[in-house]
Amino acid sequence: MSSNSVPTAKPVKTVDMHIGEAVPGCRKKDPILVVDGVSRTFGGLKAVDVEHLEVPRGAITALIGPNGAGKTTLFNLLTGFDKPDSGSWTFEGTPIGGMAAFKVARMGQVRTFQLTKALGLLTVMDNMLLGAKAQVGENLFRAVLPFLWRQQEADNRDKAMDLLARFKLDTKKDDYAASLSGGQRKLLEMARALMSDPTLVMLDEPMAGVNPALTQSLLDHILNLKAEGMSVLFVEHDMHMVRHIADWVIVMAEGRVVAEGDPHEVMRNQAVIDAYLGQHHDEDLGEDPSAEQQNVGAIKELLDDEL
Amino acid sequence: MIDWGAIFSNAAVELISPTTAAYALAALGLAVHFGYTGLLNFGQAGFMALGAYGYAISTLTFGFPVWAAVLVGIGASVIFALVLGIPTLRLRADYLAIVTIAAAEIVRLLFTTNTFEPVTGSANGLSGYKGGFAALNPIPDGTYGFGPFEYNAYDWWLRIVAWTIVILACLFTWQIMRSPWGRVIKGIREDEDAVRALGKNVYFYKMQSLILGGVYGTIAGMIFVLPRAVVPSNYQTSLTFFIYAILLLGGAATILGPVIGSMVFWVLLSFFSGFIARAVEAGWIPFLTSIQAGQLRFILVGVAIMLIVIYRPQGIFGNKKELAFVK
Ligand SMILES: Nc1ncnc2c1ncn2[C@@H]1O[C@H](COP(=O)(O)OP(=O)(O)O)[C@@H](O)[C@H]1O
Ligand SMILES: [Mg+2]
Repeated sequence: MSSNSVPTAKPVKTVDMHIGEAVPGCRKKDPILVVDGVSRTFGGLKAVDVEHLEVPRGAITALIGPNGAGKTTLFNLLTGFDKPDSGSWTFEGTPIGGMAAFKVARMGQVRTFQLTKALGLLTVMDNMLLGAKAQVGENLFRAVLPFLWRQQEADNRDKAMDLLARFKLDTKKDDYAASLSGGQRKLLEMARALMSDPTLVMLDEPMAGVNPALTQSLLDHILNLKAEGMSVLFVEHDMHMVRHIADWVIVMAEGRVVAEGDPHEVMRNQAVIDAYLGQHHDEDLGEDPSAEQQNVGAIKELLDDEL
Repeated sequence: MIDWGAIFSNAAVELISPTTAAYALAALGLAVHFGYTGLLNFGQAGFMALGAYGYAISTLTFGFPVWAAVLVGIGASVIFALVLGIPTLRLRADYLAIVTIAAAEIVRLLFTTNTFEPVTGSANGLSGYKGGFAALNPIPDGTYGFGPFEYNAYDWWLRIVAWTIVILACLFTWQIMRSPWGRVIKGIREDEDAVRALGKNVYFYKMQSLILGGVYGTIAGMIFVLPRAVVPSNYQTSLTFFIYAILLLGGAATILGPVIGSMVFWVLLSFFSGFIARAVEAGWIPFLTSIQAGQLRFILVGVAIMLIVIYRPQGIFGNKKELAFVK
């Protein structure tokens, strides 16, 4: 939340990605992910109900919305970790609706989790190596014949060391991941995802719970992904950061996409303000005052940043 | 007076007994399942029963040679693993536990029921299947060895084969667990969704692990019946729990743990039973009948294992930081 964690250098924004008006579900000139009619209900609750959504290629797209808006559920659906009630979607033109999570990842669409999933009792290096694709030694029969995979393993190790150095985790390579701090685990999870040379990186709240001293480097890493030609879709609550690094913002509320647009424009959208304020408006305010406060805080941030 | 020499030498015999080898191999299978992959297989007794019966029935009913009988047992356990794994490995871990414990009981009851008596021998079990294995023995007749380790040619042959298999299984497991395959397996133990998100077919790996550890259990079941007869009541759920005790004793995610754990378990068991039996004879424990005394050894072993688990929860060989069952 502190604005001193926002870097001073202005990242280069990608602009002019959409076709026509910046309305919910608007078409993109070069979409990497196209979603159609995806819905998911839990009991009677419609957690996700997205008519149409396109995620632009080569850009950083932020997915924002109040708690319970369905962002994580949408992530789970798009990455094969959950099955929708209906709907289809394509990744780089290939329909991947209903595809198993591991196949989605192999196609180059990798994700991280809101609750970090560092493999605690594996070393940092083993965490990294697990991310590498198409490993010969991951076949049980070839595993017994080390000469078949030793070279590939060494190459992966070099690649992992490069990434770890970038993420300032190289000195920890032999430590168990469980011994890392929360922020370092987020970094590790991100670095591990990069081992597979993904084309679309989906980060679910990469900044949550991260020590402010580390947020800057996390932001830089996300900007780096774009610089290296990857597309990024990330969920984030901190509006300063969204504004700072995102090229495009998608706003969800109650399962639906309620607004889309340039990070500066979208914040002025009445639907967005309603989404954050309206969540508890017609309910008893006393029920969850902290959520209400959080949302009001978010709105304040939105407006603050207009300066 | 108590004959300590006899007690110790009887206990020492257990160090290299084929039964110790069988339990070590079955525990190594559970190490693959539980220690490395995080699969809760509570049906290792079922896999062992399939090995024992697969071997004995192939030999007695169908007259198969040793190699074919071994393959039948392994084939049966692969099918068993598939039947257990296909419906459950996509679900939460506890489903496998429930299904395996039930399936192993079903297997045991099928072998016990009178319906298949001509083939299974029902509650009496089977014997007389050792000829083929004995015929392969290259050791000339006679008695060899020293001290407590003095055996005839068959007994040596059995011990050599049993421990060779255990050593080979250890080497094989050690190699695959330090390979990229093993890394995926250990990753699944830690968090299977994370591994899935990295593009690994988690279901397929869990199936491989279930089959591999089950085949170890099956071969252990064959070794187990070579010095004795096949008796269905040996394959109760308590057998699985003894093997888990051995695994935790030695260290769940270790290679040598199951072997040393099995040795410690059997040596302790033999020591306690020898000691108690003689102590009762010598009138040291007047309030116990010899039958009660026979049960007491399990209590003492239980206490010994509890002490080890309390004071060394990672097992004898386990790395305290890599303790799989205390997260
Ligand atoms: N597995 C689940 N079972 C039942 N309800 C769920 C489940 N997952 C999410 N929900 C509900 O769906 C809604 C959207 O949740 P989520 O996608 O986690 O929101 P966000 O990530 O935007 O905060 C919430 O109301 C949440 O309670
Ligand atoms: Mg969420």
